[in-house]
Amino acid sequence: MIHTFTALGCKIVVDVNSGAVHVLDDVSYAILEQMEGPLCDHLPEEVAQRLPYERQTLEEAWQELLNLQEAGLLFAEDDYVDPETAMLLPKSAQIKALCLHVSHDCNLRCKYCFASTGDFGTGHRMTMDFETAKKAIDFVIARSGKRRNIEVDFFGGEPLMAMDTVKRTVEYARSVEKEAGKCFRFTITTNGVLLNDENIEYINREMSNAVLSLDGRKEVNDELRPTINGKGSYDLIVPKFKKLIAGRGTRDYYLRGTFTRFHKDFAKDVMELASIGKNVSVEPVVGKESDPYALRESDLPELKAEYERLAEFLKDHRDVNFFHFNVDLAQGPCVIKRLRGCGAGCEYVAITPDGDIYPCHQFVGNEEYKLGNLEDGSFDMEKSGKFAELNVYTREACKTCWARFYCSGGCSASNLLVNGDIKEPHTVGCELERKRLECAIALKAIDAGMAE
Amino acid sequence: MKHIKTLNGATLKNSAAKGGCGECQTSCQSACKTSCTVANQKCENTGK
Repeated sequence: MIHTFTALGCKIVVDVNSGAVHVLDDVSYAILEQMEGPLCDHLPEEVAQRLPYERQTLEEAWQELLNLQEAGLLFAEDDYVDPETAMLLPKSAQIKALCLHVSHDCNLRCKYCFASTGDFGTGHRMTMDFETAKKAIDFVIARSGKRRNIEVDFFGGEPLMAMDTVKRTVEYARSVEKEAGKCFRFTITTNGVLLNDENIEYINREMSNAVLSLDGRKEVNDELRPTINGKGSYDLIVPKFKKLIAGRGTRDYYLRGTFTRFHKDFAKDVMELASIGKNVSVEPVVGKESDPYALRESDLPELKAEYERLAEFLKDHRDVNFFHFNVDLAQGPCVIKRLRGCGAGCEYVAITPDGDIYPCHQFVGNEEYKLGNLEDGSFDMEKSGKFAELNVYTREACKTCWARFYCSGGCSASNLLVNGDIKEPHTVGCELERKRLECAIALKAIDAGMAE
Repeated sequence: MKHIKTLNGATLKNSAAKGGCGECQTSCQSACKTSCTVANQKCENTGK
């Protein structure tokens, strides 16, 4: 299977199963656009007749394509897993990552919040006590088997509202990690309202990554991310984020925003964030089609054009690191990781202040998907297994998608929200993912000096 | 080659042999919380 596309003036073919990527000239691109399957030994007459190039030129290009095919770099077979036996892939992956909801309370009232502005629809706002967090650390140590690297993301609501629990959890994990043969890596996802000199210093010392929530332009951010009192949050937060970033050194951080159908010109928000810090992530909102802010299929042409605009901007600003255009073609994850996806529900779980365990942060509050509880020690292996068996072969729509080894099956939570089925991909999300990948690969070609 | 430049080889095929150690980051733990992309994660297999 191949995918041909043009982006940023580049003509590109992705050989889906081998992972090979080639930059084409007009002739070779025109030939491949005509081909649905593997190439035969000689240029087919009907292809030659159809294309407006000299015979000799077409023959040359055909031979080059044929050489690639013979080298396993074009129309390679997918022989990773027999699709018929894909269901037999390991179903009880070890849990190696926690989204620790230390606070189900928040000091902002974002209009698109999937956490219902912090309480996840429960009606009661609370923070996690240290005893529960300690059990979470013990849980992940016990469940992670031989995996050494363990990730814990302090999440919410707003995790800075439970800073004491954060600090005691880090201290506890550090005190047991060596004996347990683990290496804990902590991250925090914060809206920044409660940042001060003390916790900025703490985050920059202890957190391997800090995800800083901000939606870009002041007017966009303040419309969608107001304070409890209904005031804008931009002026309150941005100086604090700047201070944190200035002290971050070489450690990772991302300014992370969400775009909605209210503001589809999100490239401007990326540019705004890039003026504050160079690592930027701006993602499409998740919502049901009935939500006024949710992205719809009718928005796709506009959104795709916006990604192209963003890629054009980034082409000339290579110091800006846009997370969703990062694709490591040569040294990225192995194919085994790629066919299995995000790991929600089997490698990655979310834990609430009550100690309830869910497949990921987006499932929190959905009782049907609750996996267990830290207090009573329950963990439903059968439910977890439903997530472990998800892969690009068991998700029907992924079988024919060229991007399957890049996105790895998409987001189960989005699928459930939009289609009522964790296995059925969310069309808008898939279309945007494919567009982002095309832009990302084209930027790689430009970086490599292969653009014409 | 005159008509084609190869940007990337058969890295997926090559990764199958020694992959699957599971030490890499979970995708939603990085900078995405809604739109999963796995290909932008780093490989952390120290034994390959």
